[in-house]
Amino acid sequence: MVTATKLSNNQKNGVSNGTPYKKTFIEHFEQAPMYVAVFTFVGFAVGTIFGYLRDFMRAWGLEKRNIATERAQQKDFVPLYQDFENFYTRNLYLRIRDNWNRPICSVPGPQFDLMERVTDDYNWTFRFTGRTIKNVINMGSYNYLGFAETDVNALKTVTIELEKYGTGVCSTRQEMGTLDKHVELEKLVATFLGVEDAMVFGMGFATNSMNIPALVGKGCLILSDELNHTSLVLGARLSGATIRIFKHNNMQSLEKLLRDAIIYGQPRTHRAWRKIIILVEGIYSMEGSIVRLPEIVSLKNKYKAYLYLDEAHSIGAVGATGRGVVEYFGMSPDDIDVLMGTFTKSFGAAGGYIAGKKGLVDFLRTHSHSAVYATSMCPPVAEQIIRAMKCLMGLDGTTQGLQRVRQLEKNTRYFRRKLHEMGFIIYGNDDSPVVPLLLYMPGKIGAFARRMLERNIGVVVVGFPATPITESRARFCVSAAHTREMLDTVLNALDELGDFLHLKYSRYSKSAHPELYEESRLELED
Amino acid sequence: MAAAGVGQQWVLVEMVQALYEAPAYHLILEGILILWIIRLLFSKTYKLQERSDLTLKEKEELIEEWQPEPLVPSVPKDHPALNYNIVSGPPTHIITVNGKECINFASFNFLGLLNNEKVKTAAQASLKKYGVGTCGPRGFYGTFDVHLELEERLAKFMRTEEAIIYSYGFATIASAIPAYSKRGDIVFVDEAACFAIQKGLQASRSNIKLFKHNDMADLERLLKEQETEDQKNPRKARVTRRFIVVEGLYMNTGDICPLPELIKLKYKYKVRIFLEESLSFGVLGEHGRGITEHFGINIDDIDLISANMENSLASIGGFCCGRSFIIDHQRLSGQGYCFSASLPPLLAAAAIEALNIMEDNPDIFQTLRTKCERMHKDLQGISGLKVVGESFSPALHLQLEESCGSRENDVKLLKRVVDYCMNSGIALTQARYLEKEEKCLPPPSIRVVITVEQTEQELDKAASLLKEAAQSVLN
Repeated sequence: MVTATKLSNNQKNGVSNGTPYKKTFIEHFEQAPMYVAVFTFVGFAVGTIFGYLRDFMRAWGLEKRNIATERAQQKDFVPLYQDFENFYTRNLYLRIRDNWNRPICSVPGPQFDLMERVTDDYNWTFRFTGRTIKNVINMGSYNYLGFAETDVNALKTVTIELEKYGTGVCSTRQEMGTLDKHVELEKLVATFLGVEDAMVFGMGFATNSMNIPALVGKGCLILSDELNHTSLVLGARLSGATIRIFKHNNMQSLEKLLRDAIIYGQPRTHRAWRKIIILVEGIYSMEGSIVRLPEIVSLKNKYKAYLYLDEAHSIGAVGATGRGVVEYFGMSPDDIDVLMGTFTKSFGAAGGYIAGKKGLVDFLRTHSHSAVYATSMCPPVAEQIIRAMKCLMGLDGTTQGLQRVRQLEKNTRYFRRKLHEMGFIIYGNDDSPVVPLLLYMPGKIGAFARRMLERNIGVVVVGFPATPITESRARFCVSAAHTREMLDTVLNALDELGDFLHLKYSRYSKSAHPELYEESRLELED
Repeated sequence: MAAAGVGQQWVLVEMVQALYEAPAYHLILEGILILWIIRLLFSKTYKLQERSDLTLKEKEELIEEWQPEPLVPSVPKDHPALNYNIVSGPPTHIITVNGKECINFASFNFLGLLNNEKVKTAAQASLKKYGVGTCGPRGFYGTFDVHLELEERLAKFMRTEEAIIYSYGFATIASAIPAYSKRGDIVFVDEAACFAIQKGLQASRSNIKLFKHNDMADLERLLKEQETEDQKNPRKARVTRRFIVVEGLYMNTGDICPLPELIKLKYKYKVRIFLEESLSFGVLGEHGRGITEHFGINIDDIDLISANMENSLASIGGFCCGRSFIIDHQRLSGQGYCFSASLPPLLAAAAIEALNIMEDNPDIFQTLRTKCERMHKDLQGISGLKVVGESFSPALHLQLEESCGSRENDVKLLKRVVDYCMNSGIALTQARYLEKEEKCLPPPSIRVVITVEQTEQELDKAASLLKEAAQSVLN
């Protein structure tokens, strides 16, 4: 029977339409049937056994060693790598490594050209045949709004700036590296986000790893989501603060940590914490889930903590006018203490930004590691961001920006709905353009990616250690530049391949009605 | 059965007999013990901690009362690093700083490639073909043919087996070190190592041992100490990796490391060498291959060379080169490589073209060296300022001969010198550091950068202007 849905501790298949959310927040994390988990482990076990066998054969000279070795003069040095550290790389990853690092030779738009790459010795080495595979549908690049384009009109200003400025800057922000372009870009970013001030950096990864240590230090507490990106984890570790992890998107876990932190203080000395900062992302790129922002903001206000929101994947991709999760939930940017994001995904450029109150940005201008020691962003890239942002804001006189955001929304909903109907297990929020499709078994990872390439579709597959060992997946990134025909081609291919590889694990495939969803889900849970 | 029954009965009888025959004190003692055990079994347990749990009301009070620090401390309006110099237009040889046109002595554009037409044409062609960004990390369709070409060209230029590119100079060495050196390993690093190396070391969680700048005797002492430690625990020593991290041309002091002695120490104590060549790539050596060419050392003797492409190559990004055995490991464990978007193709194309120019014009390095030596000579004898750096280093420091007491005042004094020069048409900058974060903070200084585009008259003009400024400000 249908019961009123409330947020459970497990947060599996959680649906909430309580007060903080202005529209329904639907996320799916369906669990596969038990036999799938069993077969996944069996698959890994077989791979491991064969791995040991091959290592044994290589050690005893029965099989040729193909890997590079240490220099003869340095043979008596302490070995640089432990053999068992690389076991997984050597024996499992190597078998299917032709599905990663595929080189392309065109713009990473909705379609691209791949360089044909073959291996003569089972993936130890690769060789290019010289041919290109043309017009492969691109479901892997982070091109959410389709700004990765080579249209001459679109890139007119970038061409002019490149001619004027060249490519390098050769200095840091605090020395001689602040150009007028950076000032222009920072003002524009601040206007776009609706905050007082912003600062831009040359690399998105470095934005996190170099600014979190400037904001927190010893004696502070960082509460970080389980599935945070490596750059956030690295920044947190480099800061020297204490790190505590809360379960992914789980507000009870976060609240408990907050209460315990304030009540009991620092470990052993019980002194009060200097400050508490919560690190979350807008959209988590491996899960496709969106952060529960209204609840986190109310928690942070109640317990006087600070919030650092990393919008790498969500800026430009969600929200009615592309302003990220803050707009998506109808909240004000003043609620978030530190707004961080990158320009690589939705703006087709490179670099990152941090925005917020003027006091915060002034502090970063003087104390950020990046401002003092790292080169500033290069001007043509800054111009690309400026033109993309102006297009999004409608400042270029067209409605193209808004059209792109709408198109992305439509494409996302269509793609996810169809995949649900076909019976695949998809993770994540219904509105997130990142769509993980679960494959589970290690053998299917290679088979899926290779067969999709045969059908001229480029997909991204991810396995351990980027995901839990039983949850290997294929990750699709929907773009505003994908046409309905391209999406249909992909969906048809997925349909066929899903049947061939037995990937349609979902138990709720037949209906598309949301209410029926919950009812059947709750029944099976008991 | 009957026998067992008889046996049991017999045991019982023996027990009762023992009870009668036992001395009184024994019985009493046993009785007391039994009563004590019964008491313990039935008494209440108590916690070790004297404090009892807090009540809900007390917890709420604690939460109410707690006041965190503000997220960031307020920054005074006159903080020396708050107001940046704003450059209008490209930071080339003639640079417009804060509205005033000056000759550029502050950007690391050593070979003058920032404004080179051929480089810009190559970048434009790449822009037309690939757009701006790569929209993905190297593993997920972010590998372009330009990246592969650049890696091949760099490896060929440096005469190593393989090279790997990063999309940001700072992230290059900061990701390379933690990929090899883990918790429990030992790294010997020079005191004057730049901040990127320090961050890489911090991320690696290894044991860091600092040795005095360019002091080989100090390094040997540390290595000997480590050797005696090893003899105490040979099993641990067999799995502890050791590294020496040095820079080719030090950013903070302008001098070079004594590489031949380091190589000798490497083979004597079995330590690997990581060399950071951001400033010396494209500067030292007959063909610009860096400090290994300068000293004539076989490049395979260095385990890893890391450099950024932001100085001589006037692009953005960085690379590591060395043997495949070493470099290939970073493709899966270099964090800045695997988890970050790849270098925009137009910057890679610009770097390739810059490399072409370096290969086609090898006399450019001798020209640069001559100019550096001239400037170094010209800057001698400025009253109140001393030149810090080798004569062939293109990045020199001018430090105060006598400090005036506090670092803050020194910085203010140097700022006045810099402002004097800027007002007269020479753009200079102070070397910036994060005072609280550096392990060994260098003294405040003015950075003087020599590039191949500066003419001899301009060098002389800059030197005389600095003399004037020092005269008027410091005396």
